[in-house]
Amino acid sequence: MKFTDILTSAISNTFRSKLRTTLTIVAVFIGAFTLTLTSAVGTGVSRYINTQVAAMGATDVIIVSKADDAGAEGPAKYDPAAAKASSSMAGPPGSSMGMLAHSDLDEIAATSGVLHVEPVVLVAPDYIEFADQGKYELALNPNLGITQVDLAGGAQLDNPGNEPQILLPSTYLETLGMGSPDDIVGSTVGIGVTSHAGAQSSIQATVVGVQHETLLSGGSGINQNLTDKIKAIQDTGKPSNAVEGFIVATAYFDEALGTEHAQGIKDSLAAQGYTGQTIQDQLGTFQSVINGIVGVLNAFAVIALIAAGFGIINTLLMSVQERTREIGLMKAMGMGGGKVYALFSLEAIFIGFLGSAIGALAAIGLGSLLSNVLADTVLSDLPGLHIMQFDPGSVALIIAVVMLIAFLAGTLPARRAARQNPIDALRYE
Amino acid sequence: MKILEARGITKSYGHGPSRFDALKGVSLTINEAESLAIVGKSGSGKSTLMHLLALLDTIDGGTLRVGNIDSADIKGKDLNRMRNRDFGFVFQQFFLTPNASVLDNVVLPLVIAGVPPGERKKRGMAALEQLELADKAKNKATDLSGGQKQRAAIARALVNDPKVIFADEPTGNLDTATGAVVEDILFRLNKERGITLIIVTHDRDLASRCDRQFHVRDGLHSTADDLAARA
Ligand SMILES: Nc1ncnc2c1ncn2[C@@H]1O[C@H](COP(=O)(O)OP(=O)(O)OP(=O)(O)O)[C@@H](O)[C@H]1O
Ligand SMILES: [Mg+2]
Repeated sequence: MKFTDILTSAISNTFRSKLRTTLTIVAVFIGAFTLTLTSAVGTGVSRYINTQVAAMGATDVIIVSKADDAGAEGPAKYDPAAAKASSSMAGPPGSSMGMLAHSDLDEIAATSGVLHVEPVVLVAPDYIEFADQGKYELALNPNLGITQVDLAGGAQLDNPGNEPQILLPSTYLETLGMGSPDDIVGSTVGIGVTSHAGAQSSIQATVVGVQHETLLSGGSGINQNLTDKIKAIQDTGKPSNAVEGFIVATAYFDEALGTEHAQGIKDSLAAQGYTGQTIQDQLGTFQSVINGIVGVLNAFAVIALIAAGFGIINTLLMSVQERTREIGLMKAMGMGGGKVYALFSLEAIFIGFLGSAIGALAAIGLGSLLSNVLADTVLSDLPGLHIMQFDPGSVALIIAVVMLIAFLAGTLPARRAARQNPIDALRYE
Repeated sequence: MKILEARGITKSYGHGPSRFDALKGVSLTINEAESLAIVGKSGSGKSTLMHLLALLDTIDGGTLRVGNIDSADIKGKDLNRMRNRDFGFVFQQFFLTPNASVLDNVVLPLVIAGVPPGERKKRGMAALEQLELADKAKNKATDLSGGQKQRAAIARALVNDPKVIFADEPTGNLDTATGAVVEDILFRLNKERGITLIIVTHDRDLASRCDRQFHVRDGLHSTADDLAARA
């Protein structure tokens, strides 16, 4: 029997008991559909993150903080020389966050491989004001000082710069009545700051650019020049014996020396009691959370597929039973056991193929639709994020894996059919 | 020219206390182009003997030679080729695949042999033509009458040009008139094409049309003398 004949008869046998085959295909469909969707979410999110990482540049910095002592038992002993948080910013719940004092900065700078260190100064301006549109709260994102952002218009911040600059998120424009990104670039906004003594004053800053809202960085960015100006006002009237501290510092290294070099620096920092993370590491944490969620969803889909595999076993066993006489007749006419095995295996594989191909197609159709709707509504603040992206390679892999599962499920019934004795089959009533 | 030669073949079913000796040592020689009837009471072992001769089952004891070859040496591919090319089968219950067309049923041995589709169709139609069923080629097998079904089964048995046709009660499910038509066809094949015919039957008339009769009683060959003695 030629392969094409085995294949065509396997396919036509599949449709002999339409209802039973359809139900089995539905089971396979559900698993393949889910798996295609979850893998598309994984692909969509990781592609988005990768473009974000690429856009951020800043591949030559390590963000350094005090290693948090969450693992230690009980509170650490009080040390009057240690810096204290001067802002209200707190670490993750349940952990205390140490501050970096000037002595820490010196120590970090002395670490081999670190070119220089800049403390990230946290300032807390009161408001932002544009023309006569009123005053609004201004949230700052300290990371934007060191990264390249995904611009909707204008240019990146000039650091340290010799004039005060601000980079606004696109969501601010409408509220502040600023029009389109291109209109606003170059105009001046007022920023309100309160001194330590309690007096409020205003600083002028130039809008250099507008950034797309992203998953990873909310808030506005300001350059070093503006940071220094705000800090000068905030510190007015501050007692001179207050210990100054920073939550994080930015350590620069030579990016050309490669990732192992960066890892070496991180290790040395860890040995000294600091935590060092590159921008990629920070995004990686985010990505591993997403991967974890996708992994759990995938596990559910795989469980569905295994259940579908038992459906295939059951369907084929019934079909072997029903066709006992036919199998016996074919063997009596000289069909070898191997060919009979191939016939039933192909039937299983074909059921797997139908279920997974239809499932994948439905998932692609529905997923693309859903992804576009979401991108225009809930996720419209994150341009470029298509929550589901279908990679032809992974869709093909899913179909292949489902077909493999179907083949494995088919081995038991196919073996039973192949071993059938023609006489038992011909005597079978 | 001997085509099949059995020497003291035995066959038992089951094990232990439920063991049943269906054949207890049967010897039989079949020559090319002859027609042989295997007759005997129900349960005497006729079908068992036919299945062994057709290499559908393996003998437990004795020897069976097909042409010059010992049946113990016919295995795997050779066995399948022999079942496919040299033997044709016709059964009392027809054994047609119900939902497939008559033509598809008839060409099954050719499909198994790996004959390309064009030639399959040609040879299948030729076989149906001989049995005057060409106009039913496209019908489903279930749509045929009993006599037509058996004619389709005979077309299937001879489509691959076999040397021997084994028929187990080929007229058992047919009325006398239809049965006679089927018998005529089988004997015509035997006379015109020299196909060896081995027919298991209860029907005395059919048995008497064969060149030779082979009586089986309780798993043993019983000679005409035994029968006469009992009569
Ligand atoms: N698979 C089997 N297991 C156990 N016993 C069997 C089996 N096949 C056949 N037999 C027994 O072997 C004996 C011979 O069976 P066989 O089918 O050859 O009889 P037969 O002469 O063809 O009868 P009939 O004319 O009714 O078809 C019977 O007694 C039957 O019960
Ligand atoms: Mg019988």
